[in-house]
Order: sequence, then structure tokens, then C-alpha cells
Amino acid sequence: MKKSEIGILVVDDELIVRESLTKWFREDGFRVDSAENAAVALRKLPGGNFTLMLVDIKMPGMDGIELLQRVREISKNVVVIIITAFASVDTAVKALKEGAYDYITKPIDPDYLDHLVEKALKEQELLQENRQLRDRVSEMATANEIVGDSTEITKVLELIKTVAPADTTVMIRGESGTGKELVARSIHNQSGRRFFPLVTVNCGAMTESLLESELFGHERGAFTGAQYRRKGKVEAADGGTLFLDEIGNIDPKTQMDLLRVIETKQFTRVGGSEIVRSDFRVICATNRDLERAVKEGVFREDLYYRLNVFTIDLPPLRARRGDIARLAHFFLERYARSMNKDVTGFTPEAMYALKAYDWPGNVRELENAIERAMVVTTGQSIDRSHLPMQTTTTATADGKRLEDMEHRHIEQILKETGWNISRSASILDIDRVTLYHKIEKYGLKREP
Amino acid sequence: MTPIILLPLGNADVSMVSALSLALAEAFSSTVYVRECDINLAPFFDGQRLQYNSTAIITYLHNHIEAFAGESLQTEQGTPRLLGVIDEDLFIPILTYVFGEAQLQGRVAVVSYHRLQNERYGLAPDPGLTFDRLRKEALHELGHVFGLVHCTDQDCVMHVSTYVEDIDLKPASFCQFCRDLLNIA
Repeated sequence: MKKSEIGILVVDDELIVRESLTKWFREDGFRVDSAENAAVALRKLPGGNFTLMLVDIKMPGMDGIELLQRVREISKNVVVIIITAFASVDTAVKALKEGAYDYITKPIDPDYLDHLVEKALKEQELLQENRQLRDRVSEMATANEIVGDSTEITKVLELIKTVAPADTTVMIRGESGTGKELVARSIHNQSGRRFFPLVTVNCGAMTESLLESELFGHERGAFTGAQYRRKGKVEAADGGTLFLDEIGNIDPKTQMDLLRVIETKQFTRVGGSEIVRSDFRVICATNRDLERAVKEGVFREDLYYRLNVFTIDLPPLRARRGDIARLAHFFLERYARSMNKDVTGFTPEAMYALKAYDWPGNVRELENAIERAMVVTTGQSIDRSHLPMQTTTTATADGKRLEDMEHRHIEQILKETGWNISRSASILDIDRVTLYHKIEKYGLKREP
Repeated sequence: MTPIILLPLGNADVSMVSALSLALAEAFSSTVYVRECDINLAPFFDGQRLQYNSTAIITYLHNHIEAFAGESLQTEQGTPRLLGVIDEDLFIPILTYVFGEAQLQGRVAVVSYHRLQNERYGLAPDPGLTFDRLRKEALHELGHVFGLVHCTDQDCVMHVSTYVEDIDLKPASFCQFCRDLLNIA
């Protein structure tokens, strides 16, 4: 910030002091104003945009300490330096307790004054920057990356909101591509740990020894190639959140180590004996049926119960088809921005195809489909031909395509719900009577 | 450029002030006059602080500037600026000491070489170094008189100096930015 943009208010009942300090700071290029007493200072404060105040402690009427208290009620951001004729511990303690930055005694050493003001302004600038960054982080944290307003996703969002501040372990279950990491990030961003790191470990992508080293770090010489001490992800997550993706894929030994570190928040690096402490929250995710894995003896029961404190089940995209259009538009806007393309929407045929498709790869597959379409499209809209899915190619040939598609779609939903008529009707967004008519029309029968 | 009048005050070394006039004439590309005076400095002396009040001296010089400048000088070459040079220790009431004081974008400044001398710090006298420091402080205070504020460039004489060592670190010249503001080549 330029010095001419920094306002300094000198408050002293002695004219000569006001004039001297005003002149001193003006020569430095600051914007300076003065007040002969506390009342005048308080009048000047609201519109003055002052960064720093130099306040004489002894003034007729309201003294410097009382003025400081009043200033603190109005603004926490103004730096106040108290000027006193006699240095006393009482005065200093009182001034500092009330929130003064520092105090100086008259007459002031010019070098000390310059350095004190410079230091105070630098700290103030850092505080300001810190506040702005925190605001931006909070803004980013609250920006919802999970798109959709279907009943299923609304329920998930409510669960996230409930569990985020609770600092408890969370298990996220869902098919691949349903957005488990997004949910983990959302929980972290809404928790008290949001200013600390969210550290992700993909447990499925590593061998036993690599995962151990990745989680707990290693000492120099712990194994061939370990030339330096390296901090592990558990240590890196200190203060924040450790997100263990694909937790169902970890080997028995690491399961045991993980259970210990989750319970004690202590561990040793590979090849080391020093106990390292880390305060972290665990969020884990799996696309496997862990209960079955426990029954089959491939996943530790005690770890399962330690992790499965609060569960969030993410629905597959085919179970929340109502969100497909919003998600498609969300990804379209994202890629239009990053690819700098003027693509504004989908043709009706393209949107129909998107809604009809089953999306076995879930939101990730949808995102990839939109990204690909954005690459190949040359116009302002994404057409059916730009989309990679194969669903409607056979149906388009025989002239009964809409009915064929409806037939297959209703059949699929009924299968997914186990022929639960109410749920199927709700997913299809039609009433139960209509659904019965459609079942009769298409001759649908429940398989034994 | 605007003429500058140098006034040796009290026991200020007249030969040093004369040498200073040449340096200032070159730096500002202007005519510099040295005027002798016999101002009584006693009213500006603070018996408790054993220092001279620079603000009071400046006020006095400002009120008597016409007497030092002379009518012909004012009409021929514009309004002159006045720099008092003193060898006494200066203060402004709120600060423990100052090397000099100036009216920002005004007409008058005062500079002291009392604290610019090595012997004040227990070192061997060095008249050449004292003059070099005085030249820098005189340029600095006159810079204020011509409207310059402290410069962030450490290689500019308008960079702030609160210790004598700081003065030694900066050159006896203005940076290009300040030169442009002063409108000097």
C-alpha cells in the first residue's frame, strides 16, 4: 500500500506535539490529520479511514486509555500507539491490555518512532492480508461443488452439514465415480479443520510397503533408495483431515497399523523409533461391501467399526436422474470456461440421451462425456452426435424409439427398486396409477 | 531555478557554509547566496534539554525572510528559499533530536551539523565526512522545502535517515523520480 493511502491520526492536547508529529509523518508521505482531544478524534474516526493512531495518554476530559477503549468498540483494525510522558509499568500494562499496539515515551527517539510505525503498519498489512485470505478460503469452502437438488443428493448434503462440525470419523460408500472425494472435501471445508490440510491417500493404488511408507513416512536409510527422511501423509494431515480413499483395498498389516494410529494418534516412521504425534480427522471411502469383507475375514472387524461411525451412502447417478441436467450444465460451463469456448447448452436430443443413459461410471463418466463433447463440438450447442454413449443408436432405427426407451427405462428402474412401485414412481416422477398402466402396456413382469 | 539563501547561524563555520553553497548551486542548478546574520539564538535554547528548538528557529526565519532575501532578489528570480545552517543540537518538542527541519513545500529549513561530527560519537574528527553529511542533509531538507517527501529508494538523498550511519549509506544526489518532481536535469 502506498504511504499516501495510509492515514495517521495524531491525538494530543498540545499543539506543538500535534504539529511536530503531523509534519514528521507528512515528510514521510503519509496522510496525516490531528485532533486536540478524544471527542474530536472520535468524530474524525468514522470517515477518516485511519490505519494508525498516536494517542497521548494524558488529555483533559477523556484520557488516552478511555479513547483507546472507545476506538476498540468502533474498530478492531486501527493500530493505536500510546504516547506517555513518563514510562511506567502500570501505564504500559493498562494500554497493552486495552489493545494498544505499543507505547512510547516523550520525547520520542525519531529512529524508534520510525521503526515502530513501520513495524506496526507491516503487521497490520499482514493481518489484513490474512483476514482477506481467510475470507476467501471460507468463501471457497462454502461454495458447493456437489451439484444437484434431487431428494437423494439433498439428503447427502444434509448429512454432510450435520457431520462436518462434529469431528467424527466418516465413512463414505458409493460406486466408483459418484463423487466420494467431493463429499470428503465438502466435510473438511465445513469443519473447524478447514484452514489445515485435507490429505488424500489412495489406498488402492499402492503396494503394502509403499502404502506404509506413504502413510507413516520413513527415516533416512529405512530401505534402499530412502536417501532422506520423508514425512508421511498422516503427519502431513496434522490439524486437518486424512482422507483414505478405497479403504477396502488395504492389506492386513496396514489395517492393523492404521487402527493403532487412528486410536492413539501416534506412530513411528518406517525405519524409525521416534514417536510422532498427529492430530487428524479420518474420512474414508469405499466402493466395496466392507461388511461382506469383514465376514470373509479380509477386513479387520475392529477397524471396520472404528471407521464406520457415521456413514454417508452416495447414490449412483442412475438413481438420481433428476440431477443429470444440472450436472451436465455445470460441467458444460466449467469446460466452456477452461477451453474458452462459446458453448451455451445442449440440443433436446443430446439432453434426452444424457437423461436416458444409465451412467455406470456415474458422475465421473458424465463429466468425461461432456468434456469430450466440448472438445469435438464446433457450434454453440452440444448435439447427440458429440456424445460418446451408445444407448439410443438401436432405438433410433425403427421409428418406435421413444416407446422402446420408456419400456427399457421403466423396466430398469423397477429392477433397481426391487419392484417397489412407490419408489419407482417417485424416481420416474409419475404417479403410481400411471406406472401400473405403463407396466401393463409394456407387459412387464417381475422376474422370480 | 529558485534562488537559495544560506544563513550561517550562531557559530556555524562560514567556510563550510560557503563550500556548501557551491554544492547546492550545482545540485539544484540555481543561484545560492550566503548571507551573514547575527541572530540571537538564546530565545530558541531549551535549558532543560540543552538543545535548540528547530521549529521556533524556522518560525523566526520565516517571519524575517524578506530581511535576508532583499527586495531585488525576490522580484528578479522568484521567491527565494532559505536554509539556516547551525552547529548546535536541534530538537522538535516531541522528538529527542533532529538533524534538520523544513517547511514541507514552504520557504524555510534549518540544518545542524552538530550530530554529523564524528567526535560526537567518540571517534576521531573527520571534517571531510562532516561536510559530506551536511551536504546530504542540506539537500534533504531543501528537497522537503521544494515539496519532496521521503523516498523509498535507498539510493536517493530523500531516503529517511534517523541515524548518522544512515546518512553515510545514501548518496548526495536525488533519484530520477525525485529529480523529475524537482524538475531538475
